[in-house]
Amino acid sequence: MDEECITQWNKTGDTSTLRNRKIFPTSEKTLQTPSTLLSKDKNKKFSKDPPTRVLLMLVVGLSFSTRLYKITEPPHVCWDETHFGKMGSYYINRTFFFDVHPPLGKMLIGLAGYMTGYDGTFPFIKPGDKYKHHNYWGMRGFCAALGSCLPIFAYLIVLELSQSHSAALITAILLIFDTGFITISQYILLDPILMFFIMAAVLSMVKFNQQRCSPFAASWWLWLVLTGANLAGALGVKFVGLFVILLVGLNTVWDLWRLLGDLSLSLVEIAKHFLARVVGLILLPLFLYVTIFAIHFVVLNKSGPGDGFFSSAFQSRLIGNNLHNASMPEYLAYGSTITVKNLRIAGGYLHSHWHLYPEGVGARQQQVTAYLHKDYNNLWLVHRQDANESQSGTPDLVRHGDIIRLEHKETTRNLHGHLHEAPLTKKHFQVTGYGINGTGDTNDLWQVEVCGGQNGDLVKVLRSKVRFLHRATGCVLYSSGKTLPKWGWEQVEVTCSPYLKETPSSQWNIEDHINPKLPNISLSVLKPHFLEILLESHIVMIRGNSGLKPKDNEMNSKPWHWPINYQGLRFSGVNDTEYRVYLLGNPVVWWMNLASLGLYPIMVAVVSIAIQRGFSLKHSHVLMREGGLLLFGWLLHYAPFYTMGRVLYYHHYFPAMLFSSMLTGITFDILLKSTDLILRPPYSDRLQTLGQMVLLFSVLYSFYLFHPLSYGMTGPLAHEPGSTMAGLKWMDSWEF
Amino acid sequence: CVSMLQLPLVVTAQVDVVLLLVSFLSLWTRLTQLGYPNAVVFDEVYYGQFVSLYMKRVFFIDDSGPPLGHMILALGAYLGGFDGNFVWNRIGAEYPSSVSVVGLRLLPAVCGSLCVPLVYLLTLELRFSHLAALGAAVLLLLENSLIVQSRFMLLESVLIFFLLLAAFSYLRFHNAAPHRVKYMGVFSYLLLLGVASLHTWNLIGDRTLSVCVQCVCRAVCLLVVPLLLYVFWFYVHLTLLHRSGPHDQLMSSAFQASLEGGLSRITQGQPLEVAYGSQVTLRSSASQPIPCWLHSHKVNYPIRYENGRGSSHQQQVTCYPFKDVNNWWIIKDPDRQDLVVSSPPRPVRHGDVIQLLHGMTSRFLNSHDVAAPMSPHSQEVSGYIDFNVSMPAQNLWRVDVLNREAESESWKTILSDVRLVHVNTSAVLKLSGVSLPDWGFRQLEVVAEKHFKSQSVGWTVEEHRYGTSQEQKEREAELHSPTHIDVDRKISFWAKFLELQWKMLTVKLEDSEHKYSSSPLEWVTMETNIAYWLHSSTNAQIHLIGNPVSWGVANLSLLAYQLLAAIYLLRRRRGFKDLPDGAWCQFVCLGCVCVGGWLVNFVPFLLMEKTLFLYHYLPALCYLHLLTPALLEHTHTHLLSRATHRRALCVCVTAVLVSVFLSYRTFCPLTYGSPELSANQLQGLKWRDSWDILYRRR
Repeated sequence: MDEECITQWNKTGDTSTLRNRKIFPTSEKTLQTPSTLLSKDKNKKFSKDPPTRVLLMLVVGLSFSTRLYKITEPPHVCWDETHFGKMGSYYINRTFFFDVHPPLGKMLIGLAGYMTGYDGTFPFIKPGDKYKHHNYWGMRGFCAALGSCLPIFAYLIVLELSQSHSAALITAILLIFDTGFITISQYILLDPILMFFIMAAVLSMVKFNQQRCSPFAASWWLWLVLTGANLAGALGVKFVGLFVILLVGLNTVWDLWRLLGDLSLSLVEIAKHFLARVVGLILLPLFLYVTIFAIHFVVLNKSGPGDGFFSSAFQSRLIGNNLHNASMPEYLAYGSTITVKNLRIAGGYLHSHWHLYPEGVGARQQQVTAYLHKDYNNLWLVHRQDANESQSGTPDLVRHGDIIRLEHKETTRNLHGHLHEAPLTKKHFQVTGYGINGTGDTNDLWQVEVCGGQNGDLVKVLRSKVRFLHRATGCVLYSSGKTLPKWGWEQVEVTCSPYLKETPSSQWNIEDHINPKLPNISLSVLKPHFLEILLESHIVMIRGNSGLKPKDNEMNSKPWHWPINYQGLRFSGVNDTEYRVYLLGNPVVWWMNLASLGLYPIMVAVVSIAIQRGFSLKHSHVLMREGGLLLFGWLLHYAPFYTMGRVLYYHHYFPAMLFSSMLTGITFDILLKSTDLILRPPYSDRLQTLGQMVLLFSVLYSFYLFHPLSYGMTGPLAHEPGSTMAGLKWMDSWEF
Repeated sequence: CVSMLQLPLVVTAQVDVVLLLVSFLSLWTRLTQLGYPNAVVFDEVYYGQFVSLYMKRVFFIDDSGPPLGHMILALGAYLGGFDGNFVWNRIGAEYPSSVSVVGLRLLPAVCGSLCVPLVYLLTLELRFSHLAALGAAVLLLLENSLIVQSRFMLLESVLIFFLLLAAFSYLRFHNAAPHRVKYMGVFSYLLLLGVASLHTWNLIGDRTLSVCVQCVCRAVCLLVVPLLLYVFWFYVHLTLLHRSGPHDQLMSSAFQASLEGGLSRITQGQPLEVAYGSQVTLRSSASQPIPCWLHSHKVNYPIRYENGRGSSHQQQVTCYPFKDVNNWWIIKDPDRQDLVVSSPPRPVRHGDVIQLLHGMTSRFLNSHDVAAPMSPHSQEVSGYIDFNVSMPAQNLWRVDVLNREAESESWKTILSDVRLVHVNTSAVLKLSGVSLPDWGFRQLEVVAEKHFKSQSVGWTVEEHRYGTSQEQKEREAELHSPTHIDVDRKISFWAKFLELQWKMLTVKLEDSEHKYSSSPLEWVTMETNIAYWLHSSTNAQIHLIGNPVSWGVANLSLLAYQLLAAIYLLRRRRGFKDLPDGAWCQFVCLGCVCVGGWLVNFVPFLLMEKTLFLYHYLPALCYLHLLTPALLEHTHTHLLSRATHRRALCVCVTAVLVSVFLSYRTFCPLTYGSPELSANQLQGLKWRDSWDILYRRR
């Protein structure tokens, strides 16, 4: 354990003895030098060093001024502000909605708007809508303030890891003058909030690692708790937060492994360490995360656009929903109009519409699907097997074991099954709409079965779980949860499954029940437990995320486009008459990062071969250990996108980009400091300074060239004559 | 000489009788009644097509992997005297007597049989005892799924054979390279590479050796040789298949022209350089996998579209995926009136400005600032009609040869990829990727766009001839007549090789769910099976079902290994060394090969989005069967110290082996397809609800 506490001070201390490479007999012996006390002293002296504070103030000043400059421009809705601004308004109005991301980010946006006097009345209908008198600057300013923290955090992290001001400064400059980060921080988006929490978590983790010499001290606990809290924050904004959780988790496992190998610690001590981390990094974040959701559900108590995604029980909580204090006939009756909801979470309503299955997909009959939104096409009529309704008196009730026919109200087709393969789940049979005006054939007959019921039991609306068994083939009506292709309007597949096991996919409940001949009775639906709501909303979110499939005719962004800055995103404006903002990284910064990603493995290879051959190089520890951590962070935030089936965008790369920039800081710094391997001292120092200057000026100059991308362009496009951006369209794929 | 004869002629041979016995049993289980059923079984219908195409030397492309596996199957068929004359259209179709079924199936079956002795040797290489080796061999021998997979014309047994061979060879330090049968082999290869580089790494640390020589040697053996072999198999593949066939259209025009028949029949003898007055068809290089050609016809754009936007009402220009006389265009010099090629022909060069005249309707290709029908961001492209509505003709196009080598490069048939830039607006002619609605006959929309992605704008001249008739009527007759033939044109092997690699990575021939497809997580517990064949009149049937007992044992041993490894690791970290160093090394090595092998052959499937089947799990399973006996031996020697415990373990192992054998016997009817079972017996074999066993209704 002491080995860890000491090594990092070796490089800040006097390194003159290590200046030229030396041959050490064994690599282990080099690590066993001074005492802990000495290093602590240095730590204090070091942090009081005036340059630290000056530099930090410089970074803070530059960061905030670049992000807050022209914050209210353009005064109209840009890109995804239309979603997240709208969702912020929903919180102010307390209207329930559905989104694929967890709620923290939107809650904070809503809060920021509320505090700065935004009243939640702006509709955020589409990008380009003018804000007029609405107070939008507060929400933008909040995001920009969090976005301004990114370079500062990056500076502190790199400083902590490498103990080198120049490395930290390189990182901060790369991030401050990157047009991409400026643009993405300036609007009402989740990304600045997400990245704030990610960086805060990494910073706390690094600080916590630094505290390993004084376990269970107050600061040790502080950083541990902060790490946990920020992890909860990151996950609470977007599921991308999982990657940083993984990073911290693996770091913790590594840490525990190190402790386990320290034979001077008793098992009790190790157990204490383990439990502390369980509390700080698992239980605390979990509690915070659940709390976020609890607030979300308490705040949003009015019915809104997101109702249909959730189960009947869930909807009954929402004021204004027709299931809130619902009043309808209690038992299912013949002649009623009903909607049928699948019990699988986010299963959707049984639905049909005037469109046929395309050729080659089973029989060419009318489509039957499951649909998540409330719609007239979800209505079905319940008929007897033999079509003659009793005209007068109270209608008969449907009982367990009865054979019924379900007629689609809008198109008068019957729910029909037959021995054709289902469109996606080939092991199941196809379900169609068949017949006209309710007359079909024997394949239209379904047997009602109440789960856990006996012959003669009545079907309770909302509360009974019902299965529909197809009479002719013996299969059961089933929703597979797979999304149909374009011909099926991306609705969910409905099949008839020959496997009769009782699963939520094959169980349905009757949600709306309209029958004028029966008295309406107020029904109290069983209120769902909080944990049930939590689970349900997560499954709905995950489904929603994987349901975001790329459209056929759209140009999709591919993960390999991102590091090479291949193509950006239009935030505002397309034509030469409009005010245009284009999200695109500063190409010089991005290509430097790309170069360092190539350079880093080469440097590591050289250093490791040297070490394996018994030489020792200074900086090798920072390069391999800390650089490795950052490279790993980059990989964790980048590689998973290759396996994702959902639609991807350029801005998904930005969290990975943070790690990449920090790695660049360390790599370039070490590269420049290694000039003494080729040159003698006075010249090597000059070369190093020269390199740093070149780096600084190329970043500044490219920022000067490309700053209109973030701060707005008007006039002709870059490839047209008279453009302010003339000659800057370095890649054909850039669209400004 | 005399003294030599005085010596007795001695041959000393050591024969491992167990190995021989195991090999014999293995051959017996895999080869008996190989010709039964005399019908197409499951994926034979798929591989059979390729074998037939090999026999006929017809070019094809298969995205499942490099051609070695197909070639091995084809070799077997060739040796068996198969002539490729069989229509592979349906599972269960009877083979005619002219087809040697045994010949088709023999090579995979032999490969499958050899896996068993190979596993025996591999266990010995891992430094476990002969008893453990025998155990591994028996597990593999009695694995119903492997037997089924080996007995038909399928690739998995060949793949497994090469995988095991590669592992075995490396462990013997012969450093032989793994061959490539399917791309799945890549994962195993990477594992092997990982182990090898680790060894090399330790070598670098040893400063006494001349490192460079060693490293280079290994690099050559493990990287260069496989790469060369890989290329070599493609060379053989492309040399063998020189005729055009069903997958021609996936490839570029240049590739197609190099195949015998097909496109080359049309294009051979065409003039190479496009000249003013040339008659050409223009193929879009963007519209993969279906090709399409620039097209126009005597129908105008509707005055108003469904959404109320207006159009120019000029003649439609589309991209049409079929050969048609309306695909012909004539290259015209804007400064001259004539539509014939002068002599000598004046070739069109990069940067020249041309007009394109539609052959059948004599309309000029035109574009203007009118929104295109389906993609309103782009400009409409039309055949110009003068309606006198102050909409002047803008029909000049500049030719940019994209793959030019010099600035004055001429426009070449088939070889040049050309971008057509509209002179007035500098928009580029391209395919938008959207189909037109009914009024456009569902043909593909062609637009001109200013902001374009460079990859979707290329056009290639495919059919080409020098126009000779000035009169419209004569010209139409000329357009209807087929193009002529003489010279032949070649592209290099490397160009073909690279194009083929790219296509195999990008083209997906089939993508839907199959009745018997399954997800990787279902394989571990064998939730699914695959019905391979059902007799046309009786209940006799063949299924891919593993031996449930050995399958379960394999899963158990996987869990046990991980648990044991975790315990050992934690204890070692705290300074307790339970195992002597030699035994620990052996244990780690076992894990690397077996658990590592299982991981690299299983985990990638979790990330794949293609249609997957149970048989994809078989290579991974083989590694688990290797693990089980070795782990048992480890338990016996290192974990159990008391004689009674050891005896108990032996009894348990015997019991397990007996039950493995019994379950093998039980499932034999489904493995070999005979004897026929009654419906009740079949019901009894349905050990899991999710298995699909077929019953014929009597």
